[in-house]
Amino acid sequence: MLRYVIRRILYAIPILIGVNLLTFALFFVVNTPEDMARMQLGVKRVTPEAIENWKRDRGYDKPLMLNSAAAGLAKVTDTVFWNHSARLFLLDFGKAESDGRDIRHQIATRMGPSLAIALPVFLVGMATYITFALLMALFRATYLDLSGVVLCVAAMSISGMFYIIGGQYLVSKLWNLVPISGFAGDLSAWRFMVLPVAVGLIGGFGESSRWYRTIFLEEINRDYVRTARAKGLPEGRVLFHHVLRNALIPILTGAVVAIPTLFLGSLVTESFFGIPGLGSYTIDAINSQDFTVVRSMVFLGSLLYIVGLILTDISYTIVDPRIRFE
Amino acid sequence: MNAPLLRVEDLRTWIAGNDCDVRAVDGVSLDIQRGETFALLGESGSGKSITALSIMRLLPDAGAIVSGRVMLDGLELTALPERQMRDVRGRRIAMIFQEPGASLNPVMTVGDQVREVLDRHLGVRGEAADRRVLELFEAVGIPDPSRRLGEFPFQLSGGLKQRVMIACALACEPELLVADEPTTALDVTIQAQVLELLREIQLRTGMSMLLITHDLGVVSETAHRVAVMYAGEIVETASREAFFERPAHPYTNKLFASIPGSRSRAERLAVIRGTVPPLTRDFVGCRFADRCDHAWDRCRTTAPSMHRLPDGQTVRCHLYAPECVEMRGRPAAVAQPEAVPAIGAGTLQPSNHPLLETQNLKIHFPIRRGLFKRVVGQVKAVDGVSLAIPAGRTVALVGESGCGKTTVGKGIVQLLPANDGVVRFDGVDLANLDPAALRQRRRDFQIIFQDPFASLNPRMRVSEIVEEGMTALGIGGSPVERGARIDELLAQVGLSPDMRYRYPHEFSGGQRQRIAIARALAVDPRLIVCDEPTSALDVSVQAQILNLLKDLQERLGLAYLFITHNISVVEYLAHEVAVMYLGRIVEYGTTAEVLRAPKHPYTQALLSAVPSIERGTQREVIRLQGDLPSPAAPPPGCHFEPRCPRAMPECKAAYPGESVVSTTQRVRCFLYPQK
Amino acid sequence: MIFAFKPVVLWTDALIFALIAAIALFVWYTIRHEHLRAPWRKVMRSTGGMMAATVLSVYVLIGILDTLHYQRALPLEKQTAEMRFAPEVLSVLDALTEPLRLKQERTFSAPFATHAHSKETMQGADGTTRRDYPRLKFGGAHLKNPQTERAADVARGVLQGIALGALIWTLASVILTGIVAAHRKTSFAGTSGALWRGELDVPWRTVLVTLGGLLLVGCSLAVLSGRYHVFGTDKVGQDVLWLTLKSIRTGLVIGTVTTLVMLPFALVLGIMAGYLKGWVDDVIQYVYTTLHSIPSVLLIAAAVLMMQVYMDTRPEIFDSVTRRADFRLLFLCIILGVTSWTSLCRLLRGEALKLRELEYVQAAQAFGVPRWKIMARHILPNVFHIVIITTVLGFSGLVLAEAVLSYVGVGVDPAMNSFGTMINAARLELAREPVVWWPLASAFVFMFLLVLSANLFADAVRDALDPRARAQVARPSFHWRRAGRQAGSGA
Repeated sequence: MLRYVIRRILYAIPILIGVNLLTFALFFVVNTPEDMARMQLGVKRVTPEAIENWKRDRGYDKPLMLNSAAAGLAKVTDTVFWNHSARLFLLDFGKAESDGRDIRHQIATRMGPSLAIALPVFLVGMATYITFALLMALFRATYLDLSGVVLCVAAMSISGMFYIIGGQYLVSKLWNLVPISGFAGDLSAWRFMVLPVAVGLIGGFGESSRWYRTIFLEEINRDYVRTARAKGLPEGRVLFHHVLRNALIPILTGAVVAIPTLFLGSLVTESFFGIPGLGSYTIDAINSQDFTVVRSMVFLGSLLYIVGLILTDISYTIVDPRIRFE
Repeated sequence: MNAPLLRVEDLRTWIAGNDCDVRAVDGVSLDIQRGETFALLGESGSGKSITALSIMRLLPDAGAIVSGRVMLDGLELTALPERQMRDVRGRRIAMIFQEPGASLNPVMTVGDQVREVLDRHLGVRGEAADRRVLELFEAVGIPDPSRRLGEFPFQLSGGLKQRVMIACALACEPELLVADEPTTALDVTIQAQVLELLREIQLRTGMSMLLITHDLGVVSETAHRVAVMYAGEIVETASREAFFERPAHPYTNKLFASIPGSRSRAERLAVIRGTVPPLTRDFVGCRFADRCDHAWDRCRTTAPSMHRLPDGQTVRCHLYAPECVEMRGRPAAVAQPEAVPAIGAGTLQPSNHPLLETQNLKIHFPIRRGLFKRVVGQVKAVDGVSLAIPAGRTVALVGESGCGKTTVGKGIVQLLPANDGVVRFDGVDLANLDPAALRQRRRDFQIIFQDPFASLNPRMRVSEIVEEGMTALGIGGSPVERGARIDELLAQVGLSPDMRYRYPHEFSGGQRQRIAIARALAVDPRLIVCDEPTSALDVSVQAQILNLLKDLQERLGLAYLFITHNISVVEYLAHEVAVMYLGRIVEYGTTAEVLRAPKHPYTQALLSAVPSIERGTQREVIRLQGDLPSPAAPPPGCHFEPRCPRAMPECKAAYPGESVVSTTQRVRCFLYPQK
Repeated sequence: MIFAFKPVVLWTDALIFALIAAIALFVWYTIRHEHLRAPWRKVMRSTGGMMAATVLSVYVLIGILDTLHYQRALPLEKQTAEMRFAPEVLSVLDALTEPLRLKQERTFSAPFATHAHSKETMQGADGTTRRDYPRLKFGGAHLKNPQTERAADVARGVLQGIALGALIWTLASVILTGIVAAHRKTSFAGTSGALWRGELDVPWRTVLVTLGGLLLVGCSLAVLSGRYHVFGTDKVGQDVLWLTLKSIRTGLVIGTVTTLVMLPFALVLGIMAGYLKGWVDDVIQYVYTTLHSIPSVLLIAAAVLMMQVYMDTRPEIFDSVTRRADFRLLFLCIILGVTSWTSLCRLLRGEALKLRELEYVQAAQAFGVPRWKIMARHILPNVFHIVIITTVLGFSGLVLAEAVLSYVGVGVDPAMNSFGTMINAARLELAREPVVWWPLASAFVFMFLLVLSANLFADAVRDALDPRARAQVARPSFHWRRAGRQAGSGA
């Protein structure tokens, strides 16, 4: 098992290198540091000296990949790539361009609020959607099932932003139940969390429930379900003991990959509700064109996704005996 | 006579289709007595499985019982509320299915799957349940049962899985066991084990059994009474003895006649023309009339009713109506197919230069693991096979699934690269040819596959399919000439040339196999590798294809490598037989030698396991222990040693060399003097 | 020379024309091949699918009208005989809705309002100033006394619209019935009867009812929009209905051109990886796993930011705002395509892996058919249904994604009308007192209708084309079952 995990981690390294090279190319080769400096300092009325200063302050004045002026190992290390891209592997993200704050520290403090919203949405969501999908599967090919599907399709046809705007308007503005946005670091945070979590649940409802229903129906048509019925088992046991157990394999493993990325939060939700998480951090960085932060988030996102992939593989070995005994 | 245990009266079950409903079961009535095995025999699409599922009320969502009654010991099952029906299922009627692999829950241990039944119906839990499961596993012959309890289905072989299924079914000692093609997915030696187990259990417990099957051999081995289904109806019922001695219905007669075997070797097989009518429409006359050699006007206008013959046999045919007695002596409308000139053993001398020859052919598949896909082992699918196929002759390659026979075929037509050994065609070593030369050679050897549905591209017209080889190999001349050739080929395989613009989905399985044969013939090959070309077909259609292959051999002088597990086909078609076990040929000889006087213990066991329809041949089935070992880790010494009833100490030490039995027969076994 | 104009083909226009040509080719090819036609016939028989298709075709019509771009000629100057054109790029839709576009108020006004949404300080004729709601320049300007006349005027407009709609609808249904009758080779009356009793294979009745509903609402809106701002005006006084109509093309372009851009990659790489296996497979798998591991919003954000820098530091590349916005839209489609091809590629790879083991592929190999030919003739046609299903299923997701990306600030150019920019601009207005709800409501209704129809249509297509889905859904005609159960509860 341990060897398996180690092997999976080794698989991940070339992918992370690829991500790193890709972001490096995107941020430093497509547009040169000159372009970025000009952008940051205002396109017009910018002196070459200002650009040089801007570059020197951030260490962008060095050669990109290979410093032929330096000697020895510094040929490689004293470059933009080494200082700004390769360091990401050590989770050394550097300082933000806009306010000069340490990015790693920001990430560490902002993960909490992101998770406070994303985790309840994820957990309660899984439970609700699976239950709803199971009900639809139980009443398959009846009007109950049909109306459930119609509800799902209608729900998934509405942009998530309307759920947020509608929720804020109704719950916070008209009914004055919870604050419209904001966050608190203590226990009173629940007042700020209720609405984003509820909106998140509703937003994911249609697509997930319908997807799970499809998985259940696919499973229900399998031969072993007929065997279970031939044993005289009641429909509830057939559904919960046989169908659910098998359907949970694709459902759970599909969900596990998302768990690490929960840390990243949701860009839109966090920005609408003013939650100081990683999502709003990213959106602020995009709006202020803070490339260092964006680059860090890209790398962090891939890293978490790959961690998710590894967790998926491990979870397969736990839930699926066919893989466990390979 | 006692009241029957199960009585089905005028059962009708329809399946909702996209355009119209399929009347899969259309008025079936049958009685099953206590302690009897009742076989329901029919070809695919006859409605036999739907009948079984209707009795269990386990129809797919799209199906429903429209009318009729199913009485279990006086209890009307079709009217029973679902809740009470569940008390019947698994307790009073149990069922086993065709695919043991798919029919067990993959993520539950097999022990739990049996325990579940005990808990549900008998309330037996805990240690008592464990004891009972062990008992059941022992009863169904699962070796090392206490270890198997905690295993998952994928860890068991097909035969063991079916035993687990049987254990589930027997857990509550049901009064009736419904077995839906219980051995169709299994190899013949495993089939023999399972059939014997079922017979033995029935003797012990006295339960009744409804056996659904398409295999006359299985019926002959196990059934007490037989009903034949055709197009949703039962057309004949009889005791086993009467059924095999005096089959009454023209359809049943044709079925018997279309089974290949040694007795029919010199003649063409009887075929049933046409196909089973679609069950979506109303029938006016007899459903078999269009395909029947005896049909006359009355058959097309009036549906026949069941007629009872003096000995209790019933048959749904006007020939047996009292008022139509005179029709019975009338000769059939279609004369029996004429005998073809015998080309059996002896007429063609084996030539000194075989058309195709393999020497010590080895095809291994590497097992890769780890980050850099290191090779950690080899699946030795083919491990040193030497074969010679003379021009114009048929060599049969016989073996159970997983023995590597298909891999040999693919290796010969150069679809798989050989790891070692030589494949020589016409004296030319194919491995040494450069790609262009090999492409030119490819026209000489072609292949026909097993699955008629996967072997034709559904997006191509018949003409494009047949033409593909000609264009690829640059033969057949101009497009016009090729077009003429396609027409000729279609006619040659018994299809009409105007079918060339149609797509594969418009054809039945047998017709598709004809198209596949035409495709292979298009490049004028001299050798065709036939990889189980009839095993997916019904026996009546199989007869058509076998006749065709035999005709083509005579007319075109083709050589066949016929890969199959079906011994009766071998008897009918082959001149020479090679028996394969775990990657190696264990016995080789003429058909008569190998089938009549098998030398290798494996060949003997294999032949004895084949269920036979010929009465009076009370043969002793040689029971083989266990299953085929994995070709990734073959047993040391003789591969067959762990299962061999005649194993000796030296068998463990080394693989036996070749023993020459006669000029044509060779065997690899220490029982015979080594060379 | 007033109508002189020069056709303009923007980048996305060209791609849309290419797409239309591709679809036309596909339809032509499909009609000529029975086995390809069969699943589509099933789509045409699905009630939900046809209803959705009717709604979608209205959207597509608007989108196409908005794609035919041109520049108007400027009045000829005496000295030069050379024709000169206005820098402004317009579309046929702009021409058709010119009154809407030009009737710009100063700021917010509610739907059907005759007065502005907020009070302004006005100077009376006598020099006194007062704060009141000013009359709108255009909305209800023809009314002398809006308070008393407006209701009747609106009702009159609705009636006119209904009359117009009914007229067009009658014409359309006569033509449709005629075509169907000619196709079935039966009498007009007979066809009409069968059609309205719902006896035809294709649910034309549903199509006509849907079309009728759309026409009645559409014509009423058209008539009324000449006199009022039926959906109100936005912050700078633009008619919201016009903004919404202009957003449709953006949504359609994002939903379709993205697919067009990514299809070649996904198809070629997916099939190659699955069929060739070996190192080709390893490389392709590595590429798409790497791309896929970057969260797509972040990758899009990074790419769009970079493009923004590129364009902002080189302002000289584009000669007009329209072209600039169009290029940005195209780039967004490309980058969306780059992030979305991976999943289709993986799907196709898996399918190709399965197909390459099939016996007809092996039969072709036994003939020595070259590898590229096997991929083109045997693999590609047999994975194409997956491509179509993915394409139609992906459409609605892309339309929704546009809104989010525009909100995040990495979507379309702010100068381009889109649902995303509308939502983004309007969301803060909910905080106003009294609430400005109409731009959001308008965007919501039009977007919901578009995405819902796309989803329903996609479902119908998937049910018809996916053999696996078909097995699940095949439980339709239960005539006999219902009949048999009448004695019971009737449920």
